[in-house]
Amino acid sequence: MTDPAKSALRWQRKDLLGIRELSAEEITFILDTADAFKEVGTREIKKVPALRGKTLVNFFVEPSTRTRTSFEIAAIRLSADVINIAASSSSLTKGETLKDTAKILEANHADIIVLRHGSSGAPQFLAERLSSSIINAGDGAHEHPTQALLDLYTIRERKSSVAGLHVAIVGDILFSRVARSNIFGLLKLGARVTLVGPSTLVPREFEKLGVAVSHDINEVLPTADVVNLLRIQHERQRKEYFPGIGEYIRLFGLTKDRAKLLKPDCLIMHPGPINRGVEIDSELADGAQSVILDQVTNGLAIRMAVLYLCGGIATP
Amino acid sequence: MNTVIRNGRIIDPANNRDEIADLLIVDGRFAALSQLSTLNSQPTELDASNLIVCPGLIDLHVHLREPGFGWKETIESGARAAAAGGFTTIVCMPNTSPVADSPSTIAWIKDRAAEVACVNVLPTGAISKGLMGEELAPIGSLAQAGVVAITDDGRCIQNNELMRRAVEYARMVGVPVFDHCQDYNLVGNGVVHEGYWSTLLGLPGWPSAGEEAIVMRNVLLAELCDHDIHCQHISAAGSVRILREAQARGVKISGEVCPHHIALTDEAIQNFDTNCKMNPPLRTKEDVAALLEGIADGTLGILASDHAPHARFEKEVEFDAAPFGIVGLETELGLFLDLLVHQNKTIGLSRLIEMFTVNPARLLQSEAGTLSQGRAADVTLIDPALEWTFDANASESMSRNTPFNGRKLRGRAVRTIVAGKTAWAL
Repeated sequence: MTDPAKSALRWQRKDLLGIRELSAEEITFILDTADAFKEVGTREIKKVPALRGKTLVNFFVEPSTRTRTSFEIAAIRLSADVINIAASSSSLTKGETLKDTAKILEANHADIIVLRHGSSGAPQFLAERLSSSIINAGDGAHEHPTQALLDLYTIRERKSSVAGLHVAIVGDILFSRVARSNIFGLLKLGARVTLVGPSTLVPREFEKLGVAVSHDINEVLPTADVVNLLRIQHERQRKEYFPGIGEYIRLFGLTKDRAKLLKPDCLIMHPGPINRGVEIDSELADGAQSVILDQVTNGLAIRMAVLYLCGGIATP
Repeated sequence: MNTVIRNGRIIDPANNRDEIADLLIVDGRFAALSQLSTLNSQPTELDASNLIVCPGLIDLHVHLREPGFGWKETIESGARAAAAGGFTTIVCMPNTSPVADSPSTIAWIKDRAAEVACVNVLPTGAISKGLMGEELAPIGSLAQAGVVAITDDGRCIQNNELMRRAVEYARMVGVPVFDHCQDYNLVGNGVVHEGYWSTLLGLPGWPSAGEEAIVMRNVLLAELCDHDIHCQHISAAGSVRILREAQARGVKISGEVCPHHIALTDEAIQNFDTNCKMNPPLRTKEDVAALLEGIADGTLGILASDHAPHARFEKEVEFDAAPFGIVGLETELGLFLDLLVHQNKTIGLSRLIEMFTVNPARLLQSEAGTLSQGRAADVTLIDPALEWTFDANASESMSRNTPFNGRKLRGRAVRTIVAGKTAWAL
C-alpha cells in the first residue's frame, strides 16, 4: 500500500457526495489515508488533533444509529466538536425547508455537515448551496459512499487487492444506496460484480451499469470471492416486490447448505443491521468467513479519513 | 382602429393559404382587402416583410394558477407570458383552489380574464368533484358556464367506469374530454422516467407503461362512447403507437406534445435539477424519436406547453419533494420552430402553424385559428429565423422554473395581436 503522504494526488474535494464522481486514484487515496487512521484506533490514546476547533453537524433527516454513531466517534477522535440533529428534533418537521435549515447550520459556523436523507440528491443540493463541507451519509436509494469505502477497505485488507475479484451483492438492490455505491467503487477498482436477487428487486436495467445480474444464487456463489448481503426489508413498502420472507430465504438466503458452495476464502459481508436467519444464517454471520465486525471497525477509519480530507478543504 | 399588415407571408392552413399578401383588420375583425378603399380613416400600417402572418396561436394546456395560487402565476401575468410567446388564446386547467368544478369558479375566471388578460382565456372544468376521481363534477352546468373542455389534469381518473360515464356525459353536453394519462398503481411515487438514469441515481421510476395503459384505456372509452378524448402531454413511444392504430380505425382520440418532451431526455436529470422534473417525465431518445415520428405523420396533431409555474422556493427543495412542471409559454414556439422545422425538418412551417391553430380550434369547436374574413382578428407575426437567447429573468411569467434559461433558439413571435389590438410586440 502506498503512503498517502507520498502520493502524487492532492485531495481537492470539500464534499463527499458519492463514489460515482470519484476516480480510482481518489478512492485509493482515501483507503490509504484510512490505513493511517486505523493505526490510531489501536493506540491507548485514540485521539488526534486534526479537526480541533472545527464543528461537525450530524444532520440525520432519516433515522440511523450505526452510521451516525460511527461518524460521531470518528469526529471525536479527530477532535472536532460534534452536534447531532435528528429529523424529529429539527425544524424540518415545522415546515422549514432543507435549504433554510442548512443555511441556519452554516450561519452557526458548521464546518462539516454529515447528511443522511431519504431523498436521492439531497447532499448535492446542499453542497451546491453551502460553503460547509457536505458528507453524504446516505441519500435515498442513490449513494452511501462511506459504506462502500469501508467495504472496499475491508476487501482490500483481506484480499490485498480489489482488482480481479468477483463480488456478489445479494438482496434488495433496487432500493439500495449501499449497492449503488459498491457497484461504482468495485468497478472503478477493477472487480467483477454480480447482482443477485429477485427480478423485481434486481431489474435487468442494472446491466447497463456494467455488472452482471443473476436470479440464481447457487450459480453465483461458487465463483464469488466476496458475498455482500444486503438487508431485506419486507416490513415497509416492499409487499409488491416479493411474496414473503419464507420464499426469499428459500430462493436467496445464505443458508448453511448454500454456504457449502462458497470458496473457503470467500468473505461474507453485510452492511447491517442483520436480519439473522433471513439474508444470512445466524451462525454464518458470526463464522470464520464473516468480516461483518471488521466492516464496523474499518468504518471508523474510513470516516476519519473522509472527514480529515474534506474537512481540511472546507473554508467556510 | 383599423390595421393593414403589409407584405407578410400569410400562412392560414384552415384556408389553404400560403402566400405573400396584405391582411386587413377592420373593427377588430378580418376584412377583405377591397374594403381598404372604402375606409373612413387611414389604417395603421404594419410592415411584415420577411415575417409570417398567421392565425393567433392557441395553447391548449396552460396552468394560470388563479384562483388560489397567485404567488406562482396570475391570470394577468400568465396571459402576458402567453402574448409574449405568440399566443392569442390559452386554455387554462382546473387544478386551482378552489378547483374549477363549479359554475361560480368558471364565472370568476372568465370575469377576471375579461378584466386583466391581454389574450383570450378559455377555462376548462374538472371532470370529477375536487379532482378527487370519485364523483362527477356538474359537467352540464360547467358547459353552460362556458368551459371548452373537461379534464382532471394533474390527476387522472383511475376508475374506468367513472371515466366512461364522464365521457358519455361530456358527449351529451358537447365538450371534449382531456386526460392526463397516468396509472397511479404503475407509477407509484415515481418522479423520473424509469430507465437507466433512475437506476443510476436511485430516483423512483415512472415507467412508460404508466402512461400507455391509460392512453389505451382512453382509446377503448372513446370508441365505446363515440366521443373525443384528447390525451395531454404524450411522452412515451408506446402511446404514439396506440394513438396511431386507434386513429387509423377512426376512433375520436387525439394527442398533444410539449416542447420539453422533445427538447430534452431523462439524461437532463443527472444533477437533480428540479427544473427537469415534470409529469409525465422526460424520457429517452427513443421516445423523442417516436414523438417526432408521431408529429410527422399527424398522429400527434397538437402542440402545447403544459405551462406550469412554480415559485423558486417551491422548486428549490429535494428532488422528491419538488412539484412537477415547468413554465413554457415563452419558449414553446421557439423550441418547436427550432426543433421541428429547422433542426429535424420533421414538419414544415404550414404544418407547425396548423398544429398551433386550426387543430386545437377544431377540437374546441372554436371559431379561432383562421384568418377567415369576419372572424376576430387574432394574429401572430413570427420571425422564423430570428436567433435569440431565452432569459428567464426577463420573463413575463411570475415564475422562473425552466430548464431552458440561456438556451439559444431560432424563431420567435415578434407581435401578438388580439382582436385587432397589439397585445405584445418585441
